[in-house]
Amino acid sequence: MADKEKKQKRRTIKNIAKERTAMPEQPPLIRATNFEEVALGYTEENAVREAQRCILCPKPRCRNGCPVDIDITGFIAKIDEKDYRAAYDILSDATLLPAICGRVCPQEDQCEGVCAIGKKLEPVAIGRLERWIGDMAIENNWFQVPEITPNGKKIAIVGSGPAGLACAADMAKAGCDVTIFEALHKPGGVLRYGIPEFRLPNYVIDAELANLEKLGVKIECNVLVGRLFTIEQLRTEMGYDAVFIGVGAGYPTFMGIPGESLNGVLSANELLTRCNLMHAADESYDTPLGIGNKIAVIGSGNTAMDAMRVSLRVGAEHVYCVYRRTREESPARVEEIHHAIEEGVDFHWLTTPLEILDDGEGRVRAMRCIKNELGEPDDSGRRRPVPIEGSEFEFEVDRVVYAIGTNANPVIGQTSDIEMNKWGYIDTDETLHTSIEGVFAGGDIVTGAATVILAMGAGRKAAEGMKVYLGLEDSEEDAKAE
Amino acid sequence: MYEIVAREDFSDQTFLLEVRHPMLAKAAQAGQFVITQSHEHGERIPLTIADFSKENGTITLVIQAVGKTTKEMQADCQVGASLFAMVGPMGIPSHISEDVKKVVLVGGGLGVAPIFPQLRAFKEKGAYVIAIIGFRNKELIFWDDKYKQYCDEYIVCTDDGSAGIHGLVTQGIEQVISKHDDIDELIAIGPPIMMKFCAETTRPHQLKTIVSLNPLMVDGTGMCGGCRVKVGGKMKFGCVEGPDFDGHQVDFDELMNRLGRFKADEKIALENWQKHRENCRLMNTEPEE
Repeated sequence: MADKEKKQKRRTIKNIAKERTAMPEQPPLIRATNFEEVALGYTEENAVREAQRCILCPKPRCRNGCPVDIDITGFIAKIDEKDYRAAYDILSDATLLPAICGRVCPQEDQCEGVCAIGKKLEPVAIGRLERWIGDMAIENNWFQVPEITPNGKKIAIVGSGPAGLACAADMAKAGCDVTIFEALHKPGGVLRYGIPEFRLPNYVIDAELANLEKLGVKIECNVLVGRLFTIEQLRTEMGYDAVFIGVGAGYPTFMGIPGESLNGVLSANELLTRCNLMHAADESYDTPLGIGNKIAVIGSGNTAMDAMRVSLRVGAEHVYCVYRRTREESPARVEEIHHAIEEGVDFHWLTTPLEILDDGEGRVRAMRCIKNELGEPDDSGRRRPVPIEGSEFEFEVDRVVYAIGTNANPVIGQTSDIEMNKWGYIDTDETLHTSIEGVFAGGDIVTGAATVILAMGAGRKAAEGMKVYLGLEDSEEDAKAE
Repeated sequence: MYEIVAREDFSDQTFLLEVRHPMLAKAAQAGQFVITQSHEHGERIPLTIADFSKENGTITLVIQAVGKTTKEMQADCQVGASLFAMVGPMGIPSHISEDVKKVVLVGGGLGVAPIFPQLRAFKEKGAYVIAIIGFRNKELIFWDDKYKQYCDEYIVCTDDGSAGIHGLVTQGIEQVISKHDDIDELIAIGPPIMMKFCAETTRPHQLKTIVSLNPLMVDGTGMCGGCRVKVGGKMKFGCVEGPDFDGHQVDFDELMNRLGRFKADEKIALENWQKHRENCRLMNTEPEE
C-alpha cells in the first residue's frame, strides 16, 4: 500500500510544472541606478514550487555536472519536504559557499546543463535553489562547526579567492591548522574585487568567510607571498606541511593598438577594483573613480558585462559594448548579456577596435573601429570575424575599458623555482601537486582564466591530493585496492 | 594594523615615518616599495622604502604631503598611531651588481630618501659611491650625515644656491662625468621630469642609467594595470615588472601624462578635505572661546 502511494506520487517529466519558477528581479531601469542586487531571490513558495519540478533521478547527472560534487537531488528533496535545515546540511558537506555559488556559477553549463528534464523542458533552477538555502542559512546562522580532530598539520593557502577558500575548508575539516594569505587588505579575491555588489553583495562574502573562520581557518591580509616570504620559505623555515597556491590569473591584457596609454583607457580589473574593493563610487571613500560619460567596453565576457553594468550605475550616460563577434559567440553567461541589454547597454557586435584617439591633451576622445562579418570556424569552433574592407568608423567616447581576458600573475614565478609552462601557468600532476614537494596549485593559475566554481573544484581536488600526500587519507586507487 | 614608532618632520612638507613590521623589514631589499592605506576609507598609495632595519623590525617611509591622502597622513600619522594597511615589499629589487665598481646615485625631491637603500647596498658591495642630492634650498636638506657615512663623494645641488652647487642635479651629473671616466652605472630617483633630464644628460655618454618609476596603481600586485608604462616601446607594469627600468628606454612624457590622470579629482578631494578640516577646527575652538 505504502509502495503504491509512493509510486503514485512519483514525479515524471509529464506531471511537473513545465516552466521554471521566475526569479524576482529589480526592474531594469531602476536597478541600473543602484548597486542593490538585481536578482532578489526566491520566496519560500517559489523555492518549494521549483523543488517540485525535480524528478529526483535515481542516477542524477546534475551531480556529475557539479565541479564541487554537491548532492543536488539530496538537497532539493529536502526543500520539497520543507526540511530546509537538512537541505543546508547536505549543501555544506560539499561547499561552504552556497550563497556565493548559487549566485555566480554558470549553472547552465554545469548541473542545469545536464538536468534530465532539460531535454524537453526548462531544467530545474538548481542555482536559484542553492542560493535560497544559502541565504536562509546566513539569515538564521545555521552553520555548525563539525567535530574536528586536530592532526597537527600546518597548511598555508596562498590567495583567498574561490580556489583557496575551497581548499582551506576541506583541509580545516580534515583537522589541519590552516592559514590563508591574501595580498589585498580584504579577503575574497575575485569575489571581492571582481564581482560587483549587485551580483554578489559583500555581506554574503563576509558571512560565508566567517563560517570558514569558525572552522578555525586564519586569514592574514596584506601579505604578498613571493615578496614577503617565498613559497620555498613556507615549506622550510616557516614549517608548513603543505602549501596550496591559488593566486589566479588576474594580469589584465590589452590589444596593443595605438592610443592605449591615453588617460581614460583602463582595464576592467581596474574599474571593478576601484568600485568593488575601494568603493570609489561612495563619497566617503577616497579612491577616485574617474568614470566618464561615454564608455566603450571591449569584450563580451562576464567581466565585460560587469564593467558595463557598473559604469551605468556610477552615472555613465552611454555605455557601449564593442565585440568582434556576435552575441551568439559571446563568452558571457546568457543571463548576464540579457541583463546588460535590459539595462540599456548599446552593443556593437562584429566590431574590432583599431585605434583610440587623443583629444590633444592626452585623454581619450574617440575610438576608431572596423566592422566584421563572420567567416569560417576557427580553432575554437566559433566563426571567425573577418574585417569588411572600407567599413572603418569612428565614435565618440571618453573612456575605453579592456575586458578581453587576463594572464597568469607573475609574482610567484618571479620569486620561486616552481615549474611553469611558457605562459606562466603553474605545472601540476593530476593530483595538482607542483614541482615543489608538498606544494599544490589550482584554479586560474593552473588552467588559465575560468570560473569561480571551477576554481573551487580545483581547490577541493588539491585538498584531496594534499590529504593523501600528508597521509591523512588513502588515495582513491589505494582505497580501491583495499 | 601597523604601528608608527617614530616620526621626523624634515620641513613643512616632508616627513618621515618609521613603521613596525618585522617580517617586511626582514624581507625588504633596495629598490622595493610598499603600498599603504592610512585608514579603511583611504586610498592605497605606493611609497618607496627609504630604509629598513632588521634589528628594529621597522621600515622607514619618507612622504611628501602634496595631495589629500598625504596631507591627511601628515596630520594624523603620529607616533603611536597605526596604518590600516601596509603590504610589501613590492616590485623587483634593484640589481646591486658586484661588477659595478663606481656608481652615481641621484636623488631629488621625493626621490632623495628612497635612493638611500641602493646607495648603502652598493657601498656594502664595495663600490665607489658618488651621491648627487638635489633640494630647493638649504633648509630642506635632510639625512646629510646618513649620506656622508656611505658616500665617497657627496654633492648637494640647490635651486637657489643656498648650499652646494647652484643648480639642478643634472649639473652635478655633468660635473661628475667630466671628472670620472669610469662610471659603470647611474641611478636616478625623483620626480619624472628630473629622471627624464638625468637620462638625457647621460644618454650622449652612453652611461647606463636606471630610474625608479612610481606610476599610479591600485593593488600593486599586477592586477589593475593602472601602472602601465612604456619602456622601449613595450608596455610594462610598474608594480610587478618594475619599479626599476632603463632610463634611456622609458617614455617619460607618457608617464607624466598618466600621472595627471586624476588631477581634477585630486584637486577637489584636497579642497574638500581642507574645508572639512577647517570646519572641524572652528567647531572645536568655538566652545572654548
